[in-house]
Amino acid sequence: MKKRVVITGLGVVAPNGVGLSDFTNAIKNGVSGIRFRQELSALNFSCCIGGIPTISEEKKSEYFSELQLRNFNSSGILYGCIAGIDAWKDAGLSMDDENVDFDSGTIFGTGTSGVEKFREAIYKLDDKQVRRLGSTVVAQTMASGVSAYLGGMLGLGNQVSTNSSACSTGTEAILMGFERIKNGKAKRMLVGSCSDHGPYLWGGFDAMRVMTYKHNDSPEQGSRPMSAAASGFVPGSGAGALMLESLESALERNAIIYGEVLGGAVNSGGQRNGGTMTAPNAEAVQRCIKDAIDDANIDANDIDLINGHLTATIKDPDEIENWVTALNRAGTNFPYIQSTKSMIGHCLAAAGAIESVASIIQLKEGFIVPTINCDDVHPEIVKIIDVDKIPKKCIQKELNLIAKASFGFGDVNACVIFKKFEI
Amino acid sequence: MKKNELIESLKKIVKPYIQDEVAFENLNEDTDFINDLKINSANLVDVILDVEDEFDIEIDNEAMEKMLSVKAAMAIIETKLSEK
Repeated sequence: MKKRVVITGLGVVAPNGVGLSDFTNAIKNGVSGIRFRQELSALNFSCCIGGIPTISEEKKSEYFSELQLRNFNSSGILYGCIAGIDAWKDAGLSMDDENVDFDSGTIFGTGTSGVEKFREAIYKLDDKQVRRLGSTVVAQTMASGVSAYLGGMLGLGNQVSTNSSACSTGTEAILMGFERIKNGKAKRMLVGSCSDHGPYLWGGFDAMRVMTYKHNDSPEQGSRPMSAAASGFVPGSGAGALMLESLESALERNAIIYGEVLGGAVNSGGQRNGGTMTAPNAEAVQRCIKDAIDDANIDANDIDLINGHLTATIKDPDEIENWVTALNRAGTNFPYIQSTKSMIGHCLAAAGAIESVASIIQLKEGFIVPTINCDDVHPEIVKIIDVDKIPKKCIQKELNLIAKASFGFGDVNACVIFKKFEI
Repeated sequence: MKKNELIESLKKIVKPYIQDEVAFENLNEDTDFINDLKINSANLVDVILDVEDEFDIEIDNEAMEKMLSVKAAMAIIETKLSEK
């Protein structure tokens, strides 16, 4: 007997809002978290704008001990732990310093961990000072650093692991946790993902010229998914976290239920038939969406809202076309669609998790938040879907089903279906 | 350097790493870093780096292995200082 899986807690650290209420306010009002970044400009980046969450020293010390913060320099782990602990507490679970909870685990993804810490270590090491690296370089730079920190803070005794699948990481993490609970292997899984900020992570993308260099003087207008003037993505950072729980466990605890994870799919285009390391194989994207719909056992016509991958590169029209084909819905029959990235940029490995948190907030509250910077919808998109399906202002709307997809380097895809909770 | 001064500087150095406040308050020559102060063994290398910075000395691997108590730390620091 497969278990039903519900969402009982959320946590978010985003460039336009840290914590559930600030983030909800920001996305509802179309607030951009993108700013000019002097450190990028000083290093001769083409793109000198980016999204970085604001975390005060005081806030750090609410989540980390003084000892943990000594020589700590891993922004991804910082964001991941704040979002993760927030989701845990939001679910009404307590922090217990004594006991291990063998029914709870985490799949918390990232692309890379502690790049700034790694840079520090490399400088020391090349200076022949390896013996002076200190004790935390490994914990901060290992890919699974974030899940390891969270596991210790929360006393998790079930699976504690980190997944990594480029920009589909967050959405994939949700599905991995979902499967584990569905199959009865855990009662609760804290799922999500995080991403570091800064030049050492973003530099490779700048070198590929996939980030926009046209908005250094207008950062808030820089992230333009679905716009005719889209000229590359804006880098972001942060973390999103969801507390997934078996329905039985949630009901037993009398937990608040935000929504249900109905199903989903992950696949790869094999870097064939148009797919490459950096470009998606359209057939695989469509297949992933269709497989998610089948897995969730829903009718494509019942999807109310799509939270797309939609990064603001030239590939956005292709993504819309893939949705149109996969759902077999077009024009005025197309569901509402949005890109959270218009406000927070592309948070890379954290994108899928932060955007899923945004999706679930809308599902729970019954509104659709705006996609900003796309008053000039791309002509190729206008040809296939009704522009009113891309809300530019927040609209009140009861939502029952949301499809969230993320795609990543390596030609990998992930799509999850969220449903309003009904017993 | 006087003994009590040395103990005081060591006390300052280990403070961020200790997990037993009572043992820390009563820190003396016989205090063991791991068994009494409950310092995480991984953090012992950080204690040693901080000692190196504080006294401007270098503690080699062999000395490091022995530096498990206040008494041992004091002996090692005194030796290294006298070699300077």
